[in-house]
Amino acid sequence: MSASTVWLVVVGAAVGSYLLKLAGLSVPPQVLHRPLVRRAVELIPAALLAALVAVNVATTEGALVVDFRLAALAAAAIALALRASFIVVLVVAGGVGALGYVVAG
Amino acid sequence: MSRGGPDAVTEWLRRIRAERVSRRPTSERDRVVRDGIGLGAAVGLYGVAFGATATAAGLSVWQASVLSLLMFTGASQFALVGVLAAGGGPFAAVGSALLLGTRNTIYGVRLAELLSYRGWRRVAAAHWVIDETTALTVRENGTQLARLAFLSSGCTLFLFWNLTTVAGAVGAQSFGPVLQAALDSVVPAAFLALLWPRLVRGADLLREQRIVTVGGAGIALGLTPVLAPGLQIIVAALAVLLAIRVAPPEGASGDPHASAQGPK
Repeated sequence: MSASTVWLVVVGAAVGSYLLKLAGLSVPPQVLHRPLVRRAVELIPAALLAALVAVNVATTEGALVVDFRLAALAAAAIALALRASFIVVLVVAGGVGALGYVVAG
Repeated sequence: MSRGGPDAVTEWLRRIRAERVSRRPTSERDRVVRDGIGLGAAVGLYGVAFGATATAAGLSVWQASVLSLLMFTGASQFALVGVLAAGGGPFAAVGSALLLGTRNTIYGVRLAELLSYRGWRRVAAAHWVIDETTALTVRENGTQLARLAFLSSGCTLFLFWNLTTVAGAVGAQSFGPVLQAALDSVVPAAFLALLWPRLVRGADLLREQRIVTVGGAGIALGLTPVLAPGLQIIVAALAVLLAIRVAPPEGASGDPHASAQGPK
């Protein structure tokens, strides 16, 4: 992707994100109070975040891969279950990942 | 910055006492501002991870900074650079960021009445409608305290998020392979940490969130070898249909389920 395309993506997505925020403050509340719409919007982030976790942990260039990242994710999950703060979770994952990379090559 | 000194301690004691004796409006305001600044500073530190991830994904320091300045919603920013890092096209990158951004719309609806901003104030305030500011604002009763919570957390977060983005983006340029492996491990962990509160006891629509999580991850992995990079993440949003079909209508299933688990 060329640098100018990346700039278009950056600015386009930023403007879109802002408009989504502004829409919330501006639309009459009834529009989003329809149960089906509400429910879909409540659930979409879980689907996307789960997909992002899966793709970032277990794929490399279109192939399914198991490597140090999976160990790091498991460590992060344990840290989260122990109610560690966000920063601690990231440090634990980074540490285990780096260790796994060094050990497994 | 006032840091220590006998006068500061006296002042602090006086304030604590004042808070205990009568919950006067001024001490309420202090508490709201303190909470706002505390959360803002803590959350802003994640900006380091974002800046580093963005440059590792091929963005320039400027592009990472513009994202934090203009987009200013963490999950969408991580999603955008995550898709670009996976080799995704522009459509997939923008699409995943915007789909995640829809939850800010819901937050806005919740905040509109509480903040009751009009005109240019509303246009300006919209930029700061995100997870953290919403969480702090909805706790307050009355427009005055709500606005104070919103502005103090929004201002601190915005400042820290942008400064730390630059720090992370500049720092990551000197990363060797081991630090790169650490960063590759941090990104999925960051997404997991954002996802986690939706999956634990007491969460809204807990059962549906769990179905959608498993479905979304499964769809994304299943389609990875087939689709252009990044598109599988957009398509994974269809996992929402699984939960909407499985669960009864009228949005009634989530709440009684959660309250049954409520008393410990």
